[in-house]
Amino acid sequence: MTELTSESPRDLRDHQIEEPELSQLLSRVWATPRSLLGWLMSVDHKVVGRRYIVTAFIFLFLGGALAVLMRIQLSKSEQHFLSADQYNQIFTMHGSTMMFLFAVPVMEAFAVYLVPLMVGTRNIAFPRLNAFSYWTYLLGGCFLWISFFLNVGPDVGWFAYVPLSSLQFNPTKRADVWAQMITFTEVAALAVAVEIIVTVFKQRAVGMTLDRIPPYVWSMLVTSFLVVFAMPAVMIASTTLILDRLVNTHFYDTAAGGNVLLWQHLFWFFGHPEVYIIFIPGTGMVSTILATFARRPLVGYPVIILSLIATGFLAFGLWVHHMFVTGLPQLGASLFTANSMLIAVPSGLQIFCWLATLWDGRPVFRTPLLFVLGFIAIFVLGGLTGVMVASVPIDTQVHDTYFVVAHFHYVLIGGAVFPLIGAVYYWYPKIVGRMLSERIGQWNFWIAFVGFNLAFFPMHILGLNGMPRRVYTYTADVGWDGLNMLSSIGAIIFAASFILLLANVIYSRYGGAPAGDNPWGASTLEWATTSPPPDYNFSRIPLINHRDPLWADTDQLSVVGGLSVHKREVLLGSVTDSEPHTRSSSPEPSIWPLITAIAVCIFFIGSIFTPWAVVWGTPPVAAALIGWFWPTGDREDEE
Amino acid sequence: MKQKIARQVADLPTYGFGPASGPWWGSMGFIAIEGMGFAIVIGAYLYLEATNPKWPISSPPPDLWAGTLATIVFLASVIPNEITNRVAHRLDLGRVRIWLIVMSLIGVALLIIRAFEFAHLNTRWDSDAYGSVVWVILGLHTTHLATDLVDTVVLTGLMFTRHVTPRRFSDATDNAFYWNFVVLAWLPIYLLLYWVPRL
Repeated sequence: MTELTSESPRDLRDHQIEEPELSQLLSRVWATPRSLLGWLMSVDHKVVGRRYIVTAFIFLFLGGALAVLMRIQLSKSEQHFLSADQYNQIFTMHGSTMMFLFAVPVMEAFAVYLVPLMVGTRNIAFPRLNAFSYWTYLLGGCFLWISFFLNVGPDVGWFAYVPLSSLQFNPTKRADVWAQMITFTEVAALAVAVEIIVTVFKQRAVGMTLDRIPPYVWSMLVTSFLVVFAMPAVMIASTTLILDRLVNTHFYDTAAGGNVLLWQHLFWFFGHPEVYIIFIPGTGMVSTILATFARRPLVGYPVIILSLIATGFLAFGLWVHHMFVTGLPQLGASLFTANSMLIAVPSGLQIFCWLATLWDGRPVFRTPLLFVLGFIAIFVLGGLTGVMVASVPIDTQVHDTYFVVAHFHYVLIGGAVFPLIGAVYYWYPKIVGRMLSERIGQWNFWIAFVGFNLAFFPMHILGLNGMPRRVYTYTADVGWDGLNMLSSIGAIIFAASFILLLANVIYSRYGGAPAGDNPWGASTLEWATTSPPPDYNFSRIPLINHRDPLWADTDQLSVVGGLSVHKREVLLGSVTDSEPHTRSSSPEPSIWPLITAIAVCIFFIGSIFTPWAVVWGTPPVAAALIGWFWPTGDREDEE
Repeated sequence: MKQKIARQVADLPTYGFGPASGPWWGSMGFIAIEGMGFAIVIGAYLYLEATNPKWPISSPPPDLWAGTLATIVFLASVIPNEITNRVAHRLDLGRVRIWLIVMSLIGVALLIIRAFEFAHLNTRWDSDAYGSVVWVILGLHTTHLATDLVDTVVLTGLMFTRHVTPRRFSDATDNAFYWNFVVLAWLPIYLLLYWVPRL
């Protein structure tokens, strides 16, 4: 660009004007149109992120309701509240909903909202893909739940082992519903993973070198790589299962050279990293919240980041520990035992860094910090039982018992849900512009903490006493009544804590105290803009030269000038030191992501009924994609 | 917060090639995902081979000629692909149009050869586990071939419209980059499908 053209009004830049004109012009360019069509076309990461978060929490409440039903059924021996068939569907729906429709999506949802703000950019990379991801996820989740209400809910467990899920033993469409729900949600998750990686690599604020990336953003970067390398395995697994059931292939048919253990390998090659896909974002939330409320920078930043990366690598060397009772060669079992114990090391290092941060800080015990402390207590317990079941002899004893159920609820709820609820209390003011009630928050935490432990601690003992997983009832003479009743009471109390959270979220939406830009006095960039942030996030792109930019300079923000105020522009920089090299255009709103998601949905659902869906389902998907990428000749496409 | 403009970026270009463009990184991401998909199906093939006493289970190995011909065409296509890449970098619209048409025709030719490959696998997907995994691997690669062909044809069409901007040329280089992945992914699959059953 020559000086001459950049001075023409057609090419006005953000350094040539001041507030409030700057904000007015940027709002015009970045706003989502206010109409039904505009609502469906939005590509704003904050709009899509909010929808993603709300939808994931709806699935949490649905999955949680199923858990309560199971606990009612199990509270006493020989109950007939649920039939065996209903119970099978319900535990499968509970696991599948929590893992595929809640845990992974909610972690990605928070990242969709927060990562662009925390790295100081105006929208996520590939915003239309982001919108497509949300619609696909929504349609896939509805598909599973509508099937469940039509009595074709899957009943084969959340890992759908063959041959139980093969056509021979599951002749209805139930296993197909499970398999295709997987395909929906993995497409959605993979899309977000690519967006996060590219956003973090290319769209960081000027000066945000690798060692200045906030720990939460690092955690989501590592998580996204795990998604990229783990999820293809389960997509191949679910596709081959459907092929076996629909067109008579023989992947899992022992009589024709197939192998049922192949399924377990494919599933757990995804399934174990999945645990870390849920847990690593939780640790990122913990590092962020802890530093803010300890009122000091995180102790051992490099240790924490390297631990995250180490966890990411080790996560791929654990999957076989889910298969210890399948009769593996001894060397294989030893290797996977060693790895399973090794992964406790980076997690342990992080915990010591967090404790040191608290110790050296001046902790302020607000609700987000309480949930983080709850996380540390519960997760350490879950980690300890994890080291126990990593050992083959113990695993052989407790495999498929309630001990394992207790273990993984301690690591998953402790490791991910407690930090997540902490994160809700922490970032709600940024997203909504109002504070959540602190009084309800304190109650919320203590009810959740007590309820959780009451619900899940007795399961350790039940498991050691021999109670197997996935039984819809048990007889009175085995003596499991008391502990089960205790666990069921705990589950109801735990569920009540979520009702309290919901009440707080709704009440504070209208009655909460106004938050202001930075209510917690935090250090990262999302707090440098208003709450909620404007459509364009930042009126000028931040320039930082410190890991905690808002603590380094509390009264002014260094920025860069020179971006257009007449079209959507973001700044791309180099991967390692974020040295800017391109002013790139960013996509306008579009209806095509929704149309593409609907076409993909028809393709996926059709293909569980007839292989010809692949033939007639492809042209609409292709047409929608061409519509999506065809340039409209508007602002974004001009040079 | 109060702002202080500490740096100017007004003179930066509005598009870039390769790692300086967003879509290139997006392609890299999807190449990583799809590459992992290929690795997993190759792993499944080897697992099934290792757990079966006889491989192929009940059929002769695939006939060599169709797969070998495809491999030769794939390898040769790297040259026109690289030419497309270079003329796109030079924003040479006339030559980009010609070479994109050439690449589209190569894609069509490979799809036709692919049909013969399926016909000469000497097994069906529903014969046994060997047939199943062979058809899925070849099918997965064919999906990539077909997707890239559609992509190339649409891009070629775009080059004849009023939408030709420097970003389109960047798209053409990304498309060329992705084609190299389709070719690279084919080489281990060729060895696996055609030569491993002959070991």
